[in-house]
Amino acid sequence: MGPGLRRDDVVGAPPMSLALPAPRARARLSATPGQIALALGIAVFLALFLVWPSATVIYVAFTEKGGGAFTLVNFVDFFRTDLFLRSFWNSFYVSAMAVVGASILALPLAYITSRFAFRGTVLIQTLGFLPLIMPPFVGAVAMQLFFGRNGSVNLLLDDWFGFKIPFMEGLNGVIFVQSIHYFPFILINLSAALRNIDASMEEAAQNLGSSGFRLFRRIVFPLAMPGYIAGASLVFVKVFDDLATPLLLNVKDMLAPQAYLRVTSIGIADPMGYVIAVVLIVASVAAMALSALATRGIDYSTVQRGGGGLSRRVLRPYESVLAYLTVTLILLLVLAPHAGLLLLSFSTIWSFSPLPDGYTMAHYARIFGESSLYIKNTLIYASLAGLIDVVLGTAIAYLVLRTRLVGRDVLDWAASAALAVPGIVLGIGYLRAFYGVKLWDGTPLASLWIVIVLALAIRRLPYALRACYAALQQISVSLEEAAENLGATKLRTVRRIVTPLMMGGMLAGFVTSFATAAVELSATLMLVQSNSDAPLAYGLYVLMQSAAGRGPGAALGVIAVLLVAVCTVLSHFVIERGRAMPQSGH
Amino acid sequence: MTAATANRAIAVPAVGVRIEQVNLSYGDNHVLKSIDLDIRPGEFFAFLGPSGCGKTTLLRLIAGFNHADSGRVLVGEKDISALPPWKRDIGMVFQSYALWPHMTVARNVAFGLEEKRVPRAEIGPRVAAALELVGLTGLDQRRPAQLSGGQQQRVALARTIAVEPKLLLLDEPLSNLDAKLRVQVRRELRELQQRLGLTTIFVTHDQEEANTVCDRIAVMNQGVIQQVGTPKDLYEQPANLFVANFLGTANIVEGRVIGDGASRAYEVAGGLKIPIAVDRKLAPGARMVFRPQDCTIIGAGESAGPDRTEAAGTVSYREFLGASVRYGVRAGAANIAVDCPFHAGDTLHEVGTAVTVAIATSSVRFLSD
Repeated sequence: MGPGLRRDDVVGAPPMSLALPAPRARARLSATPGQIALALGIAVFLALFLVWPSATVIYVAFTEKGGGAFTLVNFVDFFRTDLFLRSFWNSFYVSAMAVVGASILALPLAYITSRFAFRGTVLIQTLGFLPLIMPPFVGAVAMQLFFGRNGSVNLLLDDWFGFKIPFMEGLNGVIFVQSIHYFPFILINLSAALRNIDASMEEAAQNLGSSGFRLFRRIVFPLAMPGYIAGASLVFVKVFDDLATPLLLNVKDMLAPQAYLRVTSIGIADPMGYVIAVVLIVASVAAMALSALATRGIDYSTVQRGGGGLSRRVLRPYESVLAYLTVTLILLLVLAPHAGLLLLSFSTIWSFSPLPDGYTMAHYARIFGESSLYIKNTLIYASLAGLIDVVLGTAIAYLVLRTRLVGRDVLDWAASAALAVPGIVLGIGYLRAFYGVKLWDGTPLASLWIVIVLALAIRRLPYALRACYAALQQISVSLEEAAENLGATKLRTVRRIVTPLMMGGMLAGFVTSFATAAVELSATLMLVQSNSDAPLAYGLYVLMQSAAGRGPGAALGVIAVLLVAVCTVLSHFVIERGRAMPQSGH
Repeated sequence: MTAATANRAIAVPAVGVRIEQVNLSYGDNHVLKSIDLDIRPGEFFAFLGPSGCGKTTLLRLIAGFNHADSGRVLVGEKDISALPPWKRDIGMVFQSYALWPHMTVARNVAFGLEEKRVPRAEIGPRVAAALELVGLTGLDQRRPAQLSGGQQQRVALARTIAVEPKLLLLDEPLSNLDAKLRVQVRRELRELQQRLGLTTIFVTHDQEEANTVCDRIAVMNQGVIQQVGTPKDLYEQPANLFVANFLGTANIVEGRVIGDGASRAYEVAGGLKIPIAVDRKLAPGARMVFRPQDCTIIGAGESAGPDRTEAAGTVSYREFLGASVRYGVRAGAANIAVDCPFHAGDTLHEVGTAVTVAIATSSVRFLSD
């Protein structure tokens, strides 16, 4: 058979089909047996703990209660119930407004720190991350004390001017708290986008006669747009899915709280919870698809090797004052939850007064006595989840980037799909899917603490996976080929070359998973069956619900923030030290 | 001990390589087309061609990183087509050197020996011997990033020869070095290869590198081997227009055959006309090919002589190169490059002046694609 014939055989076939044995070609598997086994193992894991629970939720939403017949009646019910429609509208409104609020906080910070020679850039970017390592509902309690109807600000306003501002009334409170909590997503993405713009882009525009605001509008803004959209869509989805913040602020007519209340009060058989869950999934997917659609074709990676980002202009004195004023105001606002929490954790009574009446250490004493279990559980759950994520993330990244295994993209797709499944949906899915599964002694699988770990791992897998991808992509394939050339098998190459070189990225992935899993509540709120299995976030939630528990709750919150912060800083230090190790220039 | 191990490296018997009817495609892209090659034991062999010609693909195929759709590769009479890279015993030096940044120089060089389960006691001396061979003794505790480009290249070489491979593959080993270092390293490579007697394949797009270092060269273009031969053969007797043009500079002039028998000649529109020997066969569409140094500019009234062909024209450009001057002379449809040696005190022809070019008739070849 001539070359021409062979060529015809593969016309129109996708590149992946190259791995398939062509006619007359030597029969060759698309991957080694070990790689196939690994891929199957991951596939089974994802199918069991992500696909099956999610599919169960969707299935229940579309079937008749008690029977198995397909029906849309549950959705008809949903759209006929005023409460649900109002909840849907409220969730949408709060999410959209939170995006606006978060943008108002993030835009000036990102712009000032990346465009001007500004002292304190590092400080801003570090402090900007702080809200993320505290559960948003904890911030809600502290914000009540500062900005609530009888909080410090309104008491002072009333004293001085005779009026109050309803910062925390109803939906306002949720919007306010969520804006402050989630604005870092926009700050991080937008700053990265601004930093990635090569200075030559700006210089070329200046060279052609553009400057000032026109230059910003025509060059800088379009190039930074994808970063902003990515951050904004993330904020929207997070706020849409968040459960604990509205509950703690006593706002029940939003979708996620409704789903939780249906399942916990009416029961796991009630289809309405599942319908709401499906609506949540659809909203998440729609928001992400929209952002992908909006950024498609405008996502230019303009950073070139050695490009140092945009040049920073020195501020004139009056501009400087203005910039510092803006930044200080925003940071004060952003750090208010932390400050409030710290004050509350040391206060005896704090009610109807701008500041606490007295100070005490009793809350910490009580927390260390009673609640050390929460801390221990959190450490175990979050580190196990982080570990699972890094192992899975590394394996998936390797299979996708380094093998021609048929169907490897499905693994990547499935693991990333976890982003679109809200925590509460995963929680409901686990309850429904695993409650029927009994262990040998009759306890349902869903009541074991390990299920919480699995839920956390699935929820955080997409983040760890991205970190692992980035790490593996930075390793030149020739480093692995050189090892194989010198007699190392695939497995030994992974052990001796790939793993050591990926260590920094794997650690980064672990930290992301660990830190966010440690403060996660939406999935765990559904899954915690006994107080002894509860993680920190759950304990916090329980404590914060009673007035008497708020002091100890605040103390626990402070400990949670410190715990995550210390772990993050520690691993950051380790990563930096690894990076300081001389790397080959190639 | 050091001397003994170094000597053993020399004692590895050289093997030949035979490539038989190798084809390779990536989808519609036919990268290698019916490649046949015979590389002799101990030979320093080059794959030479422009980027995208398939030379690196062929090299990686020998190393086991690419797989042929059909055909086979024999090393020392043994078919290695089905072996994975780690069982081939073929050393490869990567274009990027591929030094592992997390290991010291010594650990890099020891890697292959460890993977081949060489006894622990032997590894140290063999690493030292390999580093000595490339002149890097004393740098064994450095990290790759602490070395210069030339040193990194030597570590990559030491790492490869430490395992005493049957065959050495070099993928553009000089491309990441600056011009001066390139000349020095290529001499050292040649010397080392001679000393070890190791069959070596060298991939390059630079004809000068291939010419100066290698015994024989396979010139490749678009996945096809155009010609195999010594540098001298390829330069003097290129098999086709591609080879003539790729190795050195050639005047390629299009014209047509007129007359027949003893009066047969190749005529270029507007002037140049050269007789064709009776016994010479011309492929249809053949073009006239000659080197710039095989022609010269003669003064007015000067006769070209019997073995030279004359063409009148005007100087179209002039490039002063130091040892010589290159003129472009437009003669009818042809723009002929002419190299004239330059001696101090010579006057140069100005652009636009009328001159006569004399071409050594015997140097003219007629080639097609």
